[in-house]
Amino acid sequence: MKAKSRARSRAASAPQPTPAEFWQLRLYVTDRTNKSRVAFSNLKRICDVHLKGRYRITVIDLLRHPRLAKGDQILAVPTLVRKLPTPIRTIIGNLSDIDNVLVGLDLRVTLDRA
Amino acid sequence: MKKAAKRASLPSPLPKCPTGIQGLDEITSGGFPRGRPTLLCGGAGCGKTLMAMEFLVRGATRYGEPGVLMSFEETEDELTANVASLGFDLGDLIRRKKIALDYVHIEPGEIQESGDYDLEGLFVRLNHAIDSIGAKRVVLDTLEALFGGLRNEAILRAELRRLFRWLKTKGVTAVITAERGLGQLTRHGLEEYVSDCVLLLDHRVTDQIATRNLRVVKYRGSLHGTNEFPFLIGDDGISVMPITSLGLNHKISAERIGTGIPRLDAMLGGRGFFRGSSILLTGTPGTGKTVVAANFAHAACLRGERTLFFSFEESPNQIIRNMLSIGLHLDPCVKRGLLRFHAARPSLYGLEMHLATMFNEINTFKPLVVIVDPITSLMDAGTGAECRGMVTRLVDFLKAGQVTTLFTSLTQGGHALQQSEAAMSSLMDAWLLLQDLEGNGERNRVLYVLKARGMAHSNQVREFLISNHGIDLVDAYIGPSGVLTGSARAAQAAREKAETLINQQDAARRKRELKRKGATLKQQISGLCSEQEATADELRQVDTQVGKRALLLGADRTELGRLRQADKQVPGSAGHSQRNGKAAR
Repeated sequence: MKAKSRARSRAASAPQPTPAEFWQLRLYVTDRTNKSRVAFSNLKRICDVHLKGRYRITVIDLLRHPRLAKGDQILAVPTLVRKLPTPIRTIIGNLSDIDNVLVGLDLRVTLDRA
Repeated sequence: MKKAAKRASLPSPLPKCPTGIQGLDEITSGGFPRGRPTLLCGGAGCGKTLMAMEFLVRGATRYGEPGVLMSFEETEDELTANVASLGFDLGDLIRRKKIALDYVHIEPGEIQESGDYDLEGLFVRLNHAIDSIGAKRVVLDTLEALFGGLRNEAILRAELRRLFRWLKTKGVTAVITAERGLGQLTRHGLEEYVSDCVLLLDHRVTDQIATRNLRVVKYRGSLHGTNEFPFLIGDDGISVMPITSLGLNHKISAERIGTGIPRLDAMLGGRGFFRGSSILLTGTPGTGKTVVAANFAHAACLRGERTLFFSFEESPNQIIRNMLSIGLHLDPCVKRGLLRFHAARPSLYGLEMHLATMFNEINTFKPLVVIVDPITSLMDAGTGAECRGMVTRLVDFLKAGQVTTLFTSLTQGGHALQQSEAAMSSLMDAWLLLQDLEGNGERNRVLYVLKARGMAHSNQVREFLISNHGIDLVDAYIGPSGVLTGSARAAQAAREKAETLINQQDAARRKRELKRKGATLKQQISGLCSEQEATADELRQVDTQVGKRALLLGADRTELGRLRQADKQVPGSAGHSQRNGKAAR
C-alpha cells in the first residue's frame, strides 16, 4: 500500500483550474482487502476521464490512521468522500459500477452542463 | 473441605461479567457471559440504551473494566445529557479514559453504493476505541441502524456475522441492543448471530400505569431466572426486582419495643411488639389507624430511633397538624431529624416505582421503624398478585434489615375485613384490628389483638378512645347484654357507681344505727349496774340495822332479865340472829 500512500504527491494537477471547479477526493482504504486496490484504479480512471487535471485524490489507510475514520464517519471500506466541491458526498464500494459513481459524485450534472 | 475439592474437580462454570445493575446479577447468577456478546432487545422506550449504558458505567467505575460505546442513534452530547439524569458523569469518565464513545452517523439514503465493500471501517473504529483505553466491555447501541443506511443486506449480514465473531476473539463482553420486531425478537433477526445470551425488555401499560419488565430469553451454559421481572429506572440507575431472590432467613430479635400506648403494650404481653416484626393494623375508615401509627412513630422517636413514615393519603403537614389535636407533637421529631415523611399519591407511578422509591428512602435514611399508611392505597396501583408480590418483597426487605414496620390497611365495610386481608396477614407477625361498634345511635371504636406471634397477648376487646390527651384504651363493659361501649358503657358505669354509692350509704347508716344501739345498751347496762349497787347498799344497811336492832334487843333483854333476874341461857334467840346475818351478806 506504500504506492498508494504516495498518491497524495502523485495527484495530478497540471493546468490551473478555478477553485470552484477543483475536486478534492478522499479514498479510505485498508490494506487487508483487494477491494481497495480495485477502488483506487477505478477512481483514477473515472477522474482521468471526467476531471482531467482538476482533481486531487488523497488515499487514507485506516489501519495506519484509525483516528481519521471518525471524522468522515467511515463505516465501509473502501469509501470515497468528495470533500470539494461541497456538499460532501460519500460513495462506498470498489467503484466498479461507473454509472453509480458518476451519479454519486454528481458528475453527470456537471457533464450535462458542460 | 470435601465439597470444595469436589467443586474444583468439576469443569469451571461459564465466567460471568457482573453488570452492576441492581438485581440483574441475581437473575443471571453473576452477570452477562464474559467475553461473549449479549443481545438486549425490546420496543421503543423500554430502557435498552440506559441498561447498556449502566453496564458500561458500572463496569468502568465499580469493576475497573473500561468500556466502549458505539452509538448509532445518539450523539455524544445527547448521551452524556441522557445518562446525567441517572447520576453518571459520562464526560468525566471519557476524560479519565474509562469510557470511549464513538458516534456512528448513518443517514439513510445519503450513501451511494457502487460495487463490493465491507465494513472494515467499523471494525477499525471499534478496534481503535477498544485499544485506546484497553476496554473490556463494548456496547453497540442499535446496530440495526446499519440496515437503514446500507442497502446491500447480503454484505451487511455477512459482516455482522464477522463482527460478532471478531468481538469474541477480541475477548470483550459485548452488549448489542436491538429493536423488537413483529413475531421475532428483533426486527432484523440479530438473534441469529448473538446466541449466547438474549434479554428481552418490555414496557407495558396496565390500567394506565406503565411497568417495565425484563426476561432472560436464553442464556447458554448458565442457570438463570426465567420469570418476567419488573424493573425500573430510578435516580441512580436501573434496578431489577427479583421477587424470588429473598429467602426466609432473616436475623431475628428478642427485643421488645413499646407502641406508645401503655394499655396496648399491656395487651401485648406487657412489653409491646418484637423489634423487626411486621405489624398489620386493619380497620374501617375513621377507626384511628393513622393515630395509632403516629403514636407508634412518636414513641420510636422518643426512644431516639429513626422513623420513616410513608404516607399515601395525607400530606406530612396535615398529619402533623391532625396529631397535634390529640396532643401528639410530631413536629419536634421532624426537626430533630428522627422522623421523616415520604408522601406520594399511589397513582403517581406504578407499583414497582413505589417499591423502588421506598427501598431508596429506606436505604438512605436507614430507619429502625417504618410506617406505611396505608398499604392498601398501593393496591390501586397494581393488580392483586402484583401487590402481594410487592408487599412480600417489602416485608422481606424490611425484615432483613430488622426494621419494625407498621402497615395500616383500610378495609371497606364491616364484615369482609378478615377475608380481604387474608393474603397479606399471613406475612405479618402481629395483627391489630380496629373496629367500629354501632349502637345507641353512636359509633365507638374498639381494638382487638387478632394475632401476635411469639407472645402471650390479650384476647380481650378494648374500647379505643381518642381524646385531647391522646389515645386511651378502656376496658369495654361485658355484661349480660353483650359488649357495651361509649355512652352505653358510661351509663353502665354510672349506674354501677350509683349503686355502689347507695350500698355504701346504706352500710354507713346501718353501722351508725348499730353503734347507737350498742351505746344505748351500754347505758342501760350502766344504769342497771348502779341500780344493783344501790340495792346492795340498801341490803347492807338493812343488815346493819337488823344486827344493831338484834344487839339492842339482846342488850335490852339481858337488861330486862337482869332486871327480872332470869336464867342465864337463851341460846335459841342468839342462833336465829346469826342465820339472818348470813343471808343478808
